Amino acid sequence: MKHLDVAAIKDGSVIDHIGSKSTLKVADILNIQNEEQVVLVGMNLTSKFLGKKGIIKIEGKIIDQKEANKIALIAPNATVNIIKDYEVVKKFKTVIPEMIEGMVKCFNPNCVSNHNNIKTKQHVVNKNPIRLQCHYCERIMSANDIVLI
Amino acid sequence: MVSFQQRDIISIRHFNKEEILYILDLAKRMEQMDHTEILKGKVLASLFFEPSTRTRLSFESSMKRLGGMVIGFAESGVSSAAKGESLSDSVKIVEGYCDIIVLRHYLEGSAQLAADVVKVPVINAGDGANQHPTQTFLDLYTIQKTKGTLEGLTIGFLGDLKYGRTVHSLAYALAYFGAEMYFISPPSLRLPGDFMEALKDRKVKCHENESLMGISKRLDVIYCTRIQKERFADPIEFEKVRGIYRLSKTMLEDVGIKDNLKVLHPLPRVDEMDDSLDATDFAVYFHQARNGVPMRKAILAAVLGAIA
Ligand SMILES: [Zn+2]
Repeated sequence: MKHLDVAAIKDGSVIDHIGSKSTLKVADILNIQNEEQVVLVGMNLTSKFLGKKGIIKIEGKIIDQKEANKIALIAPNATVNIIKDYEVVKKFKTVIPEMIEGMVKCFNPNCVSNHNNIKTKQHVVNKNPIRLQCHYCERIMSANDIVLI
Repeated sequence: MVSFQQRDIISIRHFNKEEILYILDLAKRMEQMDHTEILKGKVLASLFFEPSTRTRLSFESSMKRLGGMVIGFAESGVSSAAKGESLSDSVKIVEGYCDIIVLRHYLEGSAQLAADVVKVPVINAGDGANQHPTQTFLDLYTIQKTKGTLEGLTIGFLGDLKYGRTVHSLAYALAYFGAEMYFISPPSLRLPGDFMEALKDRKVKCHENESLMGISKRLDVIYCTRIQKERFADPIEFEKVRGIYRLSKTMLEDVGIKDNLKVLHPLPRVDEMDDSLDATDFAVYFHQARNGVPMRKAILAAVLGAIA
């Protein structure tokens, strides 16, 4: 039997292959602090292709593709496993959407989105490497410029 | 078929080559048409949250010459923005009073925000350092008129290429027309890397230089911009560069130029062009400023559906 780094859950979702340093940010985006049931968060686990990875297991919550895509920006290699009665019944990867809304702060201090109480919006102009163009001021951000709200 | 009807004019990036040529052609028709009241009964709201007298007067003159009316304000101090009202609220209220909004604002992205929240078309008359599309259209119109074509020209952009939004937008548009571009600036005011990359991605032949020396003979057009003292941390640096980028009749003769070179400048100038240039055939900047009216007439009429 495969050795488990983090205890198994019965029913729910497992987000695997998160870059270790992004684990807590992913937890934050998925708003897990409001979960009522068991949540397991693991960091610095051994991964064959990431070196070190993070894992999040949420009992009783089914994550769909749309929700998973919200974390794609910071965890582009993540996979979501849906667990039912200890078995993986569905497995999918996160996909970076065409448009990012309300997640990333525009890095341009003179952008209208940093001065009015409006939802930020960026068009994904390139996925790998990630390049986001602000819907408002048109400036293009790369990975180093990205700050989550 | 190309149509500008009810369209927002926010950024040159929203227009393809066919659309650019279409609006330049309409401007030409506007110039030939002398008296017309095609916008009679239409109201333009001219909202200038930041002063820009020339742009504002150019829009207002264009609207009135087509028989339309103008309401609005010329600085944010007199508007309710001064009382803390959000931009979205301001434009939503003004929307009820007009058929079209012209917006000038110091924040980048403000025109896009306005366009997203109102149903009437919005024309961006400058949003911070970002875009000023009607300026770009009139720059293109001036080049087309004075050179006879936009295709395959060699353009030298001179001066402040880092902050000069007119340069960024014009270079973007000219990339559609197979232009070769020389970016001539002091090292501290170079074209930002992401703009250069974007041009190279579009297969534009780009060069960077620190002076006109050795390249001036290749240029069909020089697009000159202001170098502002405030951009320099060290005033000595500024003094060093201002001479190099000051165009005069003798300076151009010294470095050597094409006989049919044209010099454009979005104006106002400080001292980057000597008065001695004004009377030459090279100087087309006053002509360029006058092209603002036919170009803005064309845009207003096309957006309001009075001409196609
Ligand atoms: Zn922005």
